[in-house]
Amino acid sequence: MEKFNKLSGHAIPLRITNVDTDMIIPKQFLKTIKRTGLGEFLFYELRYDQDGNKISSFALNQEQYKDASILIAGKNFGCGSSREHAPWSIADYGIKCIIAPSYADIFYNNCFKNGILPIILDEATVSRLQDSSDSILNFNIDLEKQNITFLENNEKKEISFEIDPAKKKCLLEGLDDIGLTLNKVASIGHFEEDQENEIPWLYGNKLK
Amino acid sequence: MSTPKTIYDKIWESHIVDTNDDGTTILYIDRHLVHEVTSPQAFEGLRLSGRKVRRPEFTLATADHNVPTADRDKGIADPDSKLQVETLEMNAKENNITYLPMTDKRQGIVHIVGPEQGFTQPGMTIVCGDSHTSTHGAFGALAWGIGTSEVEHTLATQTLVQTKAKNMCIKITGKVIEGVTAKDIVLAIIRKIGTAGGTGYVIEYTGEAIRNLSMEGRMTVCNMSIEAGARAGLISPDETTCEYLRGRPLAPKGEVFEDAVNYWKSLASDEGAHYDSVVEIRADEIIPQITWGTSPEDVVSIDGFVPDPENEKNADKKKSIERALDYMGLEPNMPVNEIKIDKVFIGSCTNGRIEDLRAVSQIAKGRKVEKGVHAMIVPGSGLVKEQAEKEGLDKIFIEAGFDWRDPGCSMCLAMNADKLQPQERCASTSNRNFEGRQGRGGRTHLMSPQMAAAAAIRGKLTDFRDL
Repeated sequence: MEKFNKLSGHAIPLRITNVDTDMIIPKQFLKTIKRTGLGEFLFYELRYDQDGNKISSFALNQEQYKDASILIAGKNFGCGSSREHAPWSIADYGIKCIIAPSYADIFYNNCFKNGILPIILDEATVSRLQDSSDSILNFNIDLEKQNITFLENNEKKEISFEIDPAKKKCLLEGLDDIGLTLNKVASIGHFEEDQENEIPWLYGNKLK
Repeated sequence: MSTPKTIYDKIWESHIVDTNDDGTTILYIDRHLVHEVTSPQAFEGLRLSGRKVRRPEFTLATADHNVPTADRDKGIADPDSKLQVETLEMNAKENNITYLPMTDKRQGIVHIVGPEQGFTQPGMTIVCGDSHTSTHGAFGALAWGIGTSEVEHTLATQTLVQTKAKNMCIKITGKVIEGVTAKDIVLAIIRKIGTAGGTGYVIEYTGEAIRNLSMEGRMTVCNMSIEAGARAGLISPDETTCEYLRGRPLAPKGEVFEDAVNYWKSLASDEGAHYDSVVEIRADEIIPQITWGTSPEDVVSIDGFVPDPENEKNADKKKSIERALDYMGLEPNMPVNEIKIDKVFIGSCTNGRIEDLRAVSQIAKGRKVEKGVHAMIVPGSGLVKEQAEKEGLDKIFIEAGFDWRDPGCSMCLAMNADKLQPQERCASTSNRNFEGRQGRGGRTHLMSPQMAAAAAIRGKLTDFRDL
């Protein structure tokens, strides 16, 4: 799995609440059998009109956000479907960090499987960062230290954030969690033996 | 006496395989449903790492999102959809997983197929790469949607690494008034707690109005737990649950069934169990509900009005309302029962079961779909379709001018050919009214099957009790 440690980059403000995964990556792009190449379809229906022309008012189409690697979004970001195509498209586009007041549960978990750091900050701070994202050239994100630093009006600012230690470790080390679980394969086997004794009808019954 | 527990506590504790150093839990997964959209990359991952499916017999696969709902003998026209379905079939075969193809009458939406086959049982942990896996919670199973990385993890290990959620109790007290359905109950819940109200929780639904629901109705309620932000929704098993399971192909048989019933009933939440949050709604205050906007929390009663952003003090909410009204092509303060519709979609994992179709037939009988309205009915599975035809419901639908189709997810998310055109307005029994959900620019109003059928007859949103 991809690691995340430090990131330095420009941020795109997305001032919409309840951004759902259908908005992030519409269903017509879910027919792929690959994980890669979805970045060009990220926010497709917000980025392009029905004739495929760029919608210039949408932030992702604006010159100043061309190389941004951070997305500053509204609350309940990533609600809706469990499609991992959402974080795949975000990562493939080049965004490695999201800052928002809150996330939907499944999307939040999916981020960590794909080297994306979803930071949670209070609404007022997120709103302030959205407003100042134009004037701040570089947000420096340090996962180890759990802080965001930047220069604003030539003044050094620092915002710290909280993150679950297990999730932090998973991103810092880019762990293969299937491999880690398989290290405990003996425990899984014991569990199955015990369960089969207690709830025998769960075993040996397959649909033909 | 031991500490009273919720059903969620009980299922969680009985599935702990191990605890990791970081405090996360390795939780055993009893059953895994697989569909074509969220699984190809997981199987590919297994191949690349040389890993095998640990428990193929605990895994069941079917194609539902991409399948056509008409002219099936011609196969799947869209080459990408076709490849995705064929890839699932190949992956299932290679890994010795039971796969129900389009030609099998048991094929259908995963969340309809699982319960029908008795694959879903109380006390189980069930996952699927699909957020509406919460549906199976109707049986008192802990069921939730996962991403593709976790699909791969489940295939390889039959476990998932999890952190326990909090317990929320939503109690619907008293009896509903006649004509109020499970869909109205769940829309009323989301209206009250919002689309992020359940984030971080597993919801248990309790109260007389929930107990009085059939299994189909309970599935409708649990299905939309995810629209309330919850990872899972649960209803403690009772006699209704056990009777539904009796005789299902994968349900235990004979004496073992009685053992199972005793076990299932022991799972119910204990008297005095602790909930981190409790919400109460009076059943008799709910009337038929519909959505006006682009979030499942944008709910209003059918006798209500489209909201006016000018009345909203919160700036973010005001902006959201303006954006939704613009997308939906609606004016503030208009009565919702004056909203004209172009299309009707009856089906989905929320409302594509036999009980839903019976309810629609009651409205459709002896009436006609309004001229200019296209109203489609998509059964949730081949078995639902067969049962409906056995009861003659198809004849009622066709006679009334409905389009009677083959099973699948269809226009709930419009991955197959069934979709709305830009600005088309649809009365839909599905679960999401997001922008573009049923087709780019399409406008979705969520409601019960009865209400969608009434909209088809009148050509506008209408209280079906007034027909």
